Amino acid sequence: MLTSALAETGPSLDPISDLNQLTAFPFMVNALEAGTIVAVMAGVVGWFMVLRRQTFAGHTLSVMAFPGATGALLIGLSAAVGYFVFSGLAALLIGAAAGVQTQRNRGQESAITGSVQAFGLACGFLFLSLYQGVLANYESLLFGSFLGITRGQVLALALVSAVTLAVLAIIGRPLLFASLDEGVARARGVPTRALSLGFLLLLGLAVAETAQITGALLVFALLVAPPATAQLITPRIGPSLVLSVILGVSITWVGLGLAYFYNYPVGFYITTVAFVVYVGVRLARAAAEHPTLLRRRVAAAEAA
Amino acid sequence: MFAHEFFRNALLAGTFIALACGLVGYFVVLRAQVFAGDALSHVAFTGALAAAAAGIDTRIGLFTATIAIALALGGIGERASSDDVTIGIVFAWILGLGVFFLALFSTGSGGGNGLLGARALFGSIFGLSAADARLAAAIGAAIIAAVLAIARPLLFASVDPGVAAVRGVPVRALGLAFLVLLGATAGEATQAVGALLLLGLLAAPAGAAHRLTANPYLALGLSGTLAVLAMWLGLAISYAVPSLPPSTAVIAIATAFYLLAFLLTIRTTARSESARRDIRPRLAEN
Repeated sequence: MLTSALAETGPSLDPISDLNQLTAFPFMVNALEAGTIVAVMAGVVGWFMVLRRQTFAGHTLSVMAFPGATGALLIGLSAAVGYFVFSGLAALLIGAAAGVQTQRNRGQESAITGSVQAFGLACGFLFLSLYQGVLANYESLLFGSFLGITRGQVLALALVSAVTLAVLAIIGRPLLFASLDEGVARARGVPTRALSLGFLLLLGLAVAETAQITGALLVFALLVAPPATAQLITPRIGPSLVLSVILGVSITWVGLGLAYFYNYPVGFYITTVAFVVYVGVRLARAAAEHPTLLRRRVAAAEAA
Repeated sequence: MFAHEFFRNALLAGTFIALACGLVGYFVVLRAQVFAGDALSHVAFTGALAAAAAGIDTRIGLFTATIAIALALGGIGERASSDDVTIGIVFAWILGLGVFFLALFSTGSGGGNGLLGARALFGSIFGLSAADARLAAAIGAAIIAAVLAIARPLLFASVDPGVAAVRGVPVRALGLAFLVLLGATAGEATQAVGALLLLGLLAAPAGAAHRLTANPYLALGLSGTLAVLAMWLGLAISYAVPSLPPSTAVIAIATAFYLLAFLLTIRTTARSESARRDIRPRLAEN
């Protein structure tokens, strides 16, 4: 692989020289910038997604990047256009189908989501087999690649992120209300249905963007793990949002750095780092809440 | 069409796989566990590639991975804290591992990995040999028998776990057994339609059946029937139009069934949903 040829020596474990080496090539600078933009946005949008328990919908929207990209390739458009079109369509479909339900029925909701997902992926496979010769490259669509990100793409990502975050800033308060207690929010006149559809569209936008770095299948690592970890650490809204962003950015940097120095796909490193951080925090919490430890701490406090 | 051996093999394996998916899928939708099914099916990809990287039969990897993760999800679920977030994080990481094995396998074998990866992800039902098809049919039949054997208590435990537990139904054990069955189904169906697409066979026919009837046994049968029909029609269409991959055709037909059911019942949804709630007292009486 190209990267291992560039990084001949591996990390020296001296942070400054490692950082210099990481930023020595323009493609790597682009990757780090794009990764940071995506991680910030995924941290915020994902926070709401985790709060609203819509991870399955998020995953479904994110895999739409695959038919989007292959479809766009087939008719000669830029892959990013396909990402946004397919994710947006799927968001509308899932949102509209859920809106038709007279009552919340989780089984039917998830059946709709699952059918949309499988059908989208089936379309992607069809496009892939129609577009002969790209087969060797389908992996980077599914599993991400940080090579070959251009300045233009970084700017486009920044623009979409800014729009997403701005919209979220506007609808943030009512969305939070509707997510925490839908019934009360509706009684108070909050348009919960419109908000729910609007959020799905935002989520589609966000995952279409994230998929360009992590690939369609691994969006989860940035969209779920940092917010879930942050919400485990603190239940307070402001701090956990900030923490979610910080965690997302750190995970992305570490993942990109590892992928630069060691010869395996970036998606593997990002998911692994995210998983390790989440498990670590969960174990730490379990330990802190363990009855024996708690008793010991109380005893120590009483003795003091 | 039936003169070709590859088509007969595909039909044999496909029928059993689709029936297993339809029956298991009914409970998946009833229990709102489609996301767990999604996770288990994607995990099959990692299993297949890990086995390929280690140089053993991919089927061993498939079933080991899906059943192990099913047990793990069930284990987490017992502490009542299992939710889609946990599933999501575990499964993102497992997929990440899959990528790692893909890279490992491709550096080991030098090329040819694209084909194996694509087969694991999207299935290759027309590539099954006669022996493969017979094995797949046998495993499918075992899954079908197991589902039918636990269907009644599982139905009770899914619709009203509280009352079922009071009545002496082992709710937890059933939940775990069902996840294991789901895992086995995922491993099985990966051979036909691939790890990424098998969710369509689990969710779409079952979702349609749930919409069309509130009678549980009728819906179970309908779900299995629709899945098998989708498989047959998909295989036939794909045979007639060679540029259409079989897995795409099967999933497209299954989705079309769901869409039809959705449009047919759009007005009567409220009625059937209140009817579904009436199952509970009836089950408890028996």
